[in-house]
Amino acid sequence: MSIPKPVTTAEVRMRVNGVEVVRTIEVRRTLADFLREDLSLTGTHLGCEHGVCGACTVLLDGQPVRSCLLFAVQAGGHEVTTVEALGTPDALSPLQQAFVEHHGLQCGFCTPGILMSAHALLRDHAHPTDEQIREVLGGHLCRCTGYQGIFDAVRAAAGLSPRHPNR
Amino acid sequence: MKPAPFGHLAPATREQALEALRRYGSDAKVLAGGQSLVPMLAMRLARPAVLVDLNPIGDLAYVKPTRGGLAIGAMTRQASAERDPLVAQRLPLLAEALGWIGHPQIRARGTVGGSLAHADPAAELPAVAAVLDARFTLASTRGDRTVKAADFYVGYLSTALEPDEILTEIRFPPQPPGAGWAFAEVARRHGDFALVGVAAVVRADADYRVADARLAFTGVSHGPLRIVEVEQALIDRRADRTAAAEIRRLVEASVDPDADIHASSRYRRHVAGVLAERALLTAASRMQVPS
Amino acid sequence: MGTRYFGERVRRREDPRLLTGRGTYVDDVQPPTLLHAALLRSPHARARITRLDVSRAAAMPGVALVLTHADLPPALQEPLPKLIPHRTLIHHKTQYALAPGQVRHVGEPVAFVVATNRYVAEDALEAIEVEYEPLQAVVDLEAAVQPDSPLVHDDMGTNVCAEYTQRVGDPDAAFATAPHVFRERLRMDRGTASSIETRGVVAIWEPKTRELVIHDSTQAPIWIRNYLAVLLDLPQNNVRVIALDVGGGFGPKIMMCYPEEVLVPHAAMRLGRPVKWIEDRRENFMATNQEREQIHDAEIAVDDEGRILAVRTRFLHDAGAYIPYGLIVAIVASTQLVGPYKIPNYECTFKAVFTNKMIVSPYRGAGRPHGCFVMERLIERVAQELGIDRAEVRRRNFIQPHEFPYDTGLIFQDNAPLVYDSGDYPAVFEKALEMVGYADWPARKAAAATEGRTLGLGIGFYVEGTGIGPYEGCRVTVEPTGKVFAATSVGTQGQGHFTSFAQIVADALGVDVQDVTITTGDSGAFSWGTGTFASRAAVVAGNAVALAAQAVRAKALMVAAKMLEARPDDLELAGGRVFVRGTPDRSVALAEVATAANPLRGTIPPEWEGPGLEASRYYAPPRGTFSPGCHAMIVEVDREIGAVQVHRHVVVHDCGKIINPLILDGQIQGGVAQGLGNAFYEKLVYDADGQLLTQTYMDYLLPTIAEVPKVEIGHVETPSPLNPLGVKGAGEAGTIPVPAVFASALDDALGTRITEMPLSHSRLLEMLLDLEASRGGHADAASGDGGASP
Repeated sequence: MSIPKPVTTAEVRMRVNGVEVVRTIEVRRTLADFLREDLSLTGTHLGCEHGVCGACTVLLDGQPVRSCLLFAVQAGGHEVTTVEALGTPDALSPLQQAFVEHHGLQCGFCTPGILMSAHALLRDHAHPTDEQIREVLGGHLCRCTGYQGIFDAVRAAAGLSPRHPNR
Repeated sequence: MKPAPFGHLAPATREQALEALRRYGSDAKVLAGGQSLVPMLAMRLARPAVLVDLNPIGDLAYVKPTRGGLAIGAMTRQASAERDPLVAQRLPLLAEALGWIGHPQIRARGTVGGSLAHADPAAELPAVAAVLDARFTLASTRGDRTVKAADFYVGYLSTALEPDEILTEIRFPPQPPGAGWAFAEVARRHGDFALVGVAAVVRADADYRVADARLAFTGVSHGPLRIVEVEQALIDRRADRTAAAEIRRLVEASVDPDADIHASSRYRRHVAGVLAERALLTAASRMQVPS
Repeated sequence: MGTRYFGERVRRREDPRLLTGRGTYVDDVQPPTLLHAALLRSPHARARITRLDVSRAAAMPGVALVLTHADLPPALQEPLPKLIPHRTLIHHKTQYALAPGQVRHVGEPVAFVVATNRYVAEDALEAIEVEYEPLQAVVDLEAAVQPDSPLVHDDMGTNVCAEYTQRVGDPDAAFATAPHVFRERLRMDRGTASSIETRGVVAIWEPKTRELVIHDSTQAPIWIRNYLAVLLDLPQNNVRVIALDVGGGFGPKIMMCYPEEVLVPHAAMRLGRPVKWIEDRRENFMATNQEREQIHDAEIAVDDEGRILAVRTRFLHDAGAYIPYGLIVAIVASTQLVGPYKIPNYECTFKAVFTNKMIVSPYRGAGRPHGCFVMERLIERVAQELGIDRAEVRRRNFIQPHEFPYDTGLIFQDNAPLVYDSGDYPAVFEKALEMVGYADWPARKAAAATEGRTLGLGIGFYVEGTGIGPYEGCRVTVEPTGKVFAATSVGTQGQGHFTSFAQIVADALGVDVQDVTITTGDSGAFSWGTGTFASRAAVVAGNAVALAAQAVRAKALMVAAKMLEARPDDLELAGGRVFVRGTPDRSVALAEVATAANPLRGTIPPEWEGPGLEASRYYAPPRGTFSPGCHAMIVEVDREIGAVQVHRHVVVHDCGKIINPLILDGQIQGGVAQGLGNAFYEKLVYDADGQLLTQTYMDYLLPTIAEVPKVEIGHVETPSPLNPLGVKGAGEAGTIPVPAVFASALDDALGTRITEMPLSHSRLLEMLLDLEASRGGHADAASGDGGASP
């Protein structure tokens, strides 16, 4: 039986933020490195490179995944969405604006990954429960905020009324 | 933290994948969801010459009803199994356990077969497979064979898979009718691999006496652990607080877990007993006794 | 000055940029022809390098440069600087850029590779042939001070690099005659700051102009610039260090220097191409400075009413393998230990000890969590032993509001007398107790117990020294557009300086805060300063910003006075215009004033002190300013599995005048999260050979949203009399007392006597089993366990 040969470089073709991109790359290159270095989309950050911190989270065909745990070649033929697609400084998305209002970020390094997870959550659940929000945010490490501003921002973006200030 | 060079092989079909493994054997690693393998590649703790990537193969991801049970394709993403109405209806224990795996972002990519084949002793799914007596289909160019969950886990991170074999399907028999079930674990943080976990299935007959009891533990042995004496001790008894407390002591006396940086042996032993007690009571509360 | 913005919850000006992926963190700097570096690091805690051959690696395709110690120029072969000397620090050993034949901790740099990308650089590391002769490692802190211990530095003859005692009053006499003396042995173990952005350096060398631009995720760009200029023999003006966006700091990102901060610029100059090194997470665990390991023998003497007569602590401070940062952590621990209490007789003695572990330097709290843990544990012990309510014991010993300034009699980390400037400790304390419901706690606890639930309430009080010198500076400029630019010398790592400093400027100049742009962390924008550490940016840089803005204001009035034919003191600034008070139609835009201040022809009056609406000012505080705070926490314990859930966490805090409550609350909430990590989740584990067993986020556990409660925050505002803004620092307030409060809550819940931090599920359960066994309880507890005990 004839089978494909193992390759160390490959031409990869995918849609990133709605734009078709084609590059020839080493197959060991992670999607995160591909986005950051080959496409200069540096909004996606690398915090641990072993899938725990969540800073590198992007959407693959709409689903939040760790881009450090995917090889770029595996995203071939798929649609990738990064933080650069959510809004611009002059036209923030409602979710991004909620992060401003609720102090959902400090250093901002973990933020893009969190936005991608939250974006997918709110797309799929117009009225998420607090438990659903916590479950999704549980997949992200933030060292600055202690998470409550992030939680409040996602709730606000979902149109939920603010929590009691002391609970 | 970047992987060493490897050859990426993207078979289009299951047959091509098997042929690839026949050719490259122990030089190759199978890439499923990659949520455990890719970190090991990044740390260069695993350095296969060839990665056989199952993701392009479309027909390894499915949930199909069998007679009362389910056949689940190995490449089924954990998130889609978790959301699958058939899984929820027929294998509520599995549905519950899936929710304990990592975080949604991990389950979006991680696969049912990948978790089972990676065989982390703290992982949830191996215990579920063990307690439900699942059967694993191992395929190779030599043909398919079926291995019981109990025979699949042979040592620490080590399974019955030969270098040329792929886990393609997991067949779960039906959860026994009327049986109660529970999955319980203790992790340092929500979403971590558990320090100790237990999957339990308990069925009683008409007078509330236990007819069938199964408990599989994680985190106390090299793989999922079922303890025959513990299961036997419940037969013909009422699954009540007294029995559960007794089971707790029996479990404590039966396990001899290793220590690691997260928990001592004494901790794991104690908590295995506690979780057995709690899981048993939860399972009992969910039992439906035949009328 | 107006106060339109000062004290308001102004939304952060930096957020839109950071939320849209437009930040510029060091790894986002991608100059053309960039090369990437990786380091070969020691796998041994203590070893001699017997063979090191890089020829195979150097010959690999894509490899541009491989360096070992022998390949470095003489200046780079020397030990890196002794950052903060101290007279008692006799053996001030510092780290090397690359190890000269001997390694002293796992992760110590041995060789440096530059290649076309990081993948190839890591391939080349594997081709380096290196052989080690492993030596017995010094790991255990107590064993390290034994006379027969192996030595981290052979030429010292001991592992003790410093011994330092401070004494107030006559502690010996007080202990000899006191009616009650209680002793504890208290431990804290190692943790790491673990900013989500690791460290990183990019160096760009321009050979023609001999200019070196360095992007560095440092908290102290100006120090780095100053040192590199000396080391690389360049004028300071030719070296520019930039830390535009830094993904969290928390202390360890301030060093001078980490080896990579020397090696990357050197390689860029050597190759004539830009070089980047980004620390990966494993490197961050083993090769970024750590903190917290200390063992305290502490004792307290009290009278029958629980009034403190004397406190003494003798402790071992684990310095790690080198001590570039000096004794700061140990000095802070020993002096801030006294907290809010009047202690007439006090003695602190510490030994700073070398071990074969990573270097120690300040991490958020910087010795204060240790000191607070010791003091608050002693206070609760007194309460328990004498049968006095633990709140009451604290009340009886607080420094009172009328006693400020209060001289503790100690010398602080800045070598200045440790004098508390202001505060109202009883007010802070009573507010915290009220918020947490201390008065009816026994009833609530008992009610929960009847439902089979185990609850505990913990309290802890601390005083945080903040805002120490020497100085910071700021230059404020109004450009002809009317937009205002301010450049400060501190760096920012998420603390919101782009906003809080803009508020100060906007108020002084009567402009919209959106029209003020702050530059931080760029030695090319402002050349003098120290850095962001010790909760000092808002105090020291904030006041420099205020002084510079006031100077520009004065000048704007002077220039506008001429334009409006009015007297300067009849003028006001608002809405971006200068106008005559009471005659708003006689006005001129600030933009026009800026243009007039820099005329193309004509004269500049001498009182303008030069052209332009611009001024630079420095603020140098006489000494630190001290922020008190009290935390209270309610926990629920699952006694069977050692799990702890924090139901409520209350913080009442006094940092003087508050610039921006939104940012302040964020600092506190985030600090508490780190404190909880210190208390229950985070521990760096070194084995007996000095191997670091926690090198991933699966083994070193940062709290997630599931572990961190929403903190309930209350404020008391006692302005600092020491600075014009009346502000005090707040950066570490959330973190400092959390281990102490956590211990207090567990003791309340369980009847334990917690003496160590951090705990874990396993450790807590073991304590409970032992406690039950000692009370003749559970049989399980009698069985031993030879395994690791986390």
